[in-house]
Amino acid sequence: MRRLLFIATTLLASFVAHAGVLPDDRADALYHFYDGGGVTIDGPSILVRKKVGKSLSFVANHYVDMISSASIDVITTASPYAEERTQWSLGMDYLRGNTTMTVNYTSSEESDFDAETVSFSVSQDMFGDLTTLTLSYALGDDLVRMSTDPTFEEPLDRQIYGVGITQILTKNMIASLNIETVTEEGFLNNPYRSVRYFDSGTGGYDFERELYPNTRTSNAVGLRARYFLPYRAAIEGEYRFFTDTWDITGHTVSLTYIHPWKDFTFTGKVRYHDQTGAHFYSDLFPRAQATNFRGRDKEISELTSYTFKLQAAYEFLNDDGNDWGFIKRGKVTASFNLLNVDYHDFSDLTALQPIGSEPLYQLEANIFQVFFSFFY
Amino acid sequence: MEKVILRTARILLPMLAVAALSGCSGIEPWVKPYERDKLADPIMALDGDPVSTAYIQHVFEAREGAKGGEGAAGGGCGCN
Repeated sequence: MRRLLFIATTLLASFVAHAGVLPDDRADALYHFYDGGGVTIDGPSILVRKKVGKSLSFVANHYVDMISSASIDVITTASPYAEERTQWSLGMDYLRGNTTMTVNYTSSEESDFDAETVSFSVSQDMFGDLTTLTLSYALGDDLVRMSTDPTFEEPLDRQIYGVGITQILTKNMIASLNIETVTEEGFLNNPYRSVRYFDSGTGGYDFERELYPNTRTSNAVGLRARYFLPYRAAIEGEYRFFTDTWDITGHTVSLTYIHPWKDFTFTGKVRYHDQTGAHFYSDLFPRAQATNFRGRDKEISELTSYTFKLQAAYEFLNDDGNDWGFIKRGKVTASFNLLNVDYHDFSDLTALQPIGSEPLYQLEANIFQVFFSFFY
Repeated sequence: MEKVILRTARILLPMLAVAALSGCSGIEPWVKPYERDKLADPIMALDGDPVSTAYIQHVFEAREGAKGGEGAAGGGCGCN
């Protein structure tokens, strides 16, 4: 089944600038649950970060997806399945003066897809620590297989170049700009998915294997700014522009509000994403092998998504004297995201309507997270 | 050959830029260190919950063809 695995780099925010000071020692234990479009995915994510001496910080992360899928793609052209993906990450930050160097290794394994990524980044604090510049590079090496064909094995290579600037603008405002270029080469389509074409013999439709180009280069620019409001709350705005050589252009806008109250912190967020479809995408091709490249993955079709997030965090342990030994602070966070995706050119074939009059597919997903964080 | 040059330049040029910029220490910071108490408040952390951020970005990346530029990312899928 699956995939469009674009492992990007690494673990956890290594691109968000932290130069000049090492990240806090912390441990997080998260449980995630996704339910939408006939797919449920859940599992844990455990992160531990610890300084060694004054200039080194190590981080490890273990992440699991337990997937049970009867999605629209599966029920129209394949069979429901269940499986597990396991991901390990190890990283190290080295601080020297105002410079932080970071290296990370990530490995992801499942029955028919392996991915390995190595990433490097350098962050430099400048101008009295008002500016942090981060440069990053990641190299991904994936192997795509098929559970239905043991002889099938195709490579996929990926390189990610990133430049980021975090800037203190005023006493109340901080902003960041991130630019990322991703080049991919190899087997980029999903070996299980099919495209639909009009069958002139029967007047209905049939399916054939999809066929993607072997290369893809994408560019993304993200700008975000967070402002401290006069009554101790924060507001953040974010915009991202995306474009690639497959003619997908995307715009993403979000607005976040953070409000602390006693030992609680409440967060609300709205996110809007809109994208065009790839040039080789079609919901219904006029005939078999109609074009050199062809795809019907809804992820590369024209779509608009809306996300609404509510989150509450409770700090049950703070550092003004507690009995928890070396643990200084502790908090528990519950988060809920409601994701709606409107596909503008992807028909819902399960409606069993006459060809050409099928309704457009819509996805609604509920995403839950609960996690404990300890700082020491 | 051209590919190799471009690839090398892409890595080396930003590194040179960092080296050059790190010498620009003459600029007077317009927000003094003692004026940064609000910026140091945990609610101003751009990524205070890295595990959660990585997870939710992974969810979006698996369901939207557009990705990157957000400062962090994760792997994985469950997208079929």
